Amino acid sequence: MSDASTTAERLTYREACRQAIREAIIADPRVFLMGEDVGRYGGCYAVTKGLMAELGEDRIRDTPLSESAFVGAGIGAAMAGMRPIVEVMTCNFSLLALDQILNNAATIPHMSGGQFAVPLVLRLATGAGRQLAAQHSHSLEGWFAHIPGLRILAPATIEDARHMLAPALADPNPVLIFEHVMLYNMEGTLDPAVTGVDIAHAKVRRPGSDVTLVTYGGSLFKTLAAAEMLAGEGLSAEVIDLRVLRPLDMVTVVDSVSRTRRVVIIDEGWRSGSLSAEVAMRLVEEAFFELDAPIRRVCAREVPIPYPAHLERAALPQPETIAAAARSLVRPS
Amino acid sequence: MSEAKVHLDRAHGLKLLREMMRIRAFEARCAELYQAEKIRGFLHLYDGQEAVAVGIMQALEPRDAVIATYREHGQALARGIAMRPLMAEMLGKLEGTCRGRGGSMHIFDRATRFYGGNAIVGGGLPLSLGVALADAMQKRDAVTACFFGEGAADEGEFHESLNLASLWRLPVLFVCENNRYSMGTPLGVAEAEPEIWRKAAGYRMGGEAVDGMDVVAVEVAARRAVARIRQGGGPHLLECLTYRFRAHSMFDAQLYRTKEEVASWRERDPIVRLQRWLEQAGHLHGDDLAVLGAEVAAEVEDAVAFAEAGTLEPVEELERFVTMDEVPS
Ligand SMILES: Cc1ncc(C[n+]2csc(CCOP(=O)(O)OP(=O)(O)O)c2C)c(N)n1
Repeated sequence: MSDASTTAERLTYREACRQAIREAIIADPRVFLMGEDVGRYGGCYAVTKGLMAELGEDRIRDTPLSESAFVGAGIGAAMAGMRPIVEVMTCNFSLLALDQILNNAATIPHMSGGQFAVPLVLRLATGAGRQLAAQHSHSLEGWFAHIPGLRILAPATIEDARHMLAPALADPNPVLIFEHVMLYNMEGTLDPAVTGVDIAHAKVRRPGSDVTLVTYGGSLFKTLAAAEMLAGEGLSAEVIDLRVLRPLDMVTVVDSVSRTRRVVIIDEGWRSGSLSAEVAMRLVEEAFFELDAPIRRVCAREVPIPYPAHLERAALPQPETIAAAARSLVRPS
Repeated sequence: MSEAKVHLDRAHGLKLLREMMRIRAFEARCAELYQAEKIRGFLHLYDGQEAVAVGIMQALEPRDAVIATYREHGQALARGIAMRPLMAEMLGKLEGTCRGRGGSMHIFDRATRFYGGNAIVGGGLPLSLGVALADAMQKRDAVTACFFGEGAADEGEFHESLNLASLWRLPVLFVCENNRYSMGTPLGVAEAEPEIWRKAAGYRMGGEAVDGMDVVAVEVAARRAVARIRQGGGPHLLECLTYRFRAHSMFDAQLYRTKEEVASWRERDPIVRLQRWLEQAGHLHGDDLAVLGAEVAAEVEDAVAFAEAGTLEPVEELERFVTMDEVPS
């Protein structure tokens, strides 16, 4: 073991999020965080634990259960000079604030002829895997990625969880950060040499030459596991983490597919009208002649995500199903 | 004037009259331009409700903020947005307040802190909380006036917003313009408690109703409420009882009310009422009214000429400001 890895601090994804919020609030008096149970309770996923005691009730604000009112208040505050971070407990509840997000945050800069910007950050937990049943297991980032004017981020690594917030706050536009619920407990280290990340580019997480696996968020580690399985069979898979779901960085994806000539897209959202559909169609438009095989997708099954573990598992992309899709492209049976 | 008292001397009386006449004349011309198909889309006239916008604005300072609905020409004019860019916006011209992109329902003006017409019923209330919160957190002594119709009180956003504003003692003046109809739905069909101001009590907020056809009464109530808010008294709900003389929008056959009802409300026309009062008080001299009328008409015609001569935003700019390169300051 090298010195760097033994001295580097171990932390969870949750702690990385917390560090980022704390740092942002201390650094800029315009930044504050509000949401349901973010203060006294410490956040429903404990992301903001301890922050209210340290930073005060002015900067960490517990709101009533009024998603539309406090998301709208975040938009208004952003228009009037603040840099709010609004936590919507989970994206499942963001539906009660859709009007504010779509009709105000995403619309006002353009509709006002550029008079008002909305420099707002919304943080939302997303995804399934905790046996929370259908109403608490949605992956709605693909829906929001439909909306012009928004930037949609999906930090999958501890590094992104730690460093995406600062550029999101610096962005003059509304940024939605989707944190996958299965990642909060993930542990790792931060490279002290990395002090920032961009919020514009996809990233190759594992290089490979036979097939490209495109994914993001909670599916990244399942996809990396699939790549490992494939490697054992002599199949070299390149794994791309989209990181930014809007605007999409197709350059990185097309570059990879132009080398591997095969692609599988993995998306925890439902298949119909999904983000995976968008990526696939862009590939058809931009890289059709680079492809040697049909585009494949592994998405959530088109059902409300059920409670029992075996059904929930069957409903979601898994390393086995991802690997099988990749195999079918390289060695068609 | 910043205290709650109103000195209705000749100068102030004429100012109120002029402001209301400007709105009435501006909109009468808008209706014509709509018939001529120069204004398209939805057009919601404020005809009859002028006393509300004009009365409330008297209590606001330039540092204060305003949020309104799709029926916001009156608020925009009374707030001090110039008639020329306003008319240009109606015609979808580049010289409009929003480069013509918003049209009648979406007037924004950074210079006067006018945070929009909003075409989603109730959609502006949460925004008003944020603007007020930003002012409070940045130690700016400003009040946000948030206008909405009584139909908005049906929406969850109304209740969420009153609750949060009261909890956080935000400096918001909620102005409910109760014109008795939400499109064609009468108050009693939609509200279990049709006295909207009473809902304030449920949120431990001050609330009151005022005759919205009486500009002076509105101004007095607004000054009192704004003074209280500035002193840290928390938000306030002011229900202005009013009436729109014309259709909800230009696509409304008005099957839901009688001509007699409209006629009876027209007798309470806020402009006529103030005129009479000024006459009786001896504040209107000789050809005052004629001069005022001519000045207002000239301003409107000038605005129309400006708007007609305006240009169209180049199609190449269609996607500009979908995302912003920087936060305007
Ligand atoms: C959320 C929402 N629902 C429905 C509509 C359609 N709509 C436009 S105006 C209106 C009536 C609103 O009445 P009120 O709030 O009393 O305001 P007024 O039009 O009388 O000024 C309705 C139902 C809308 N614009 N937004």
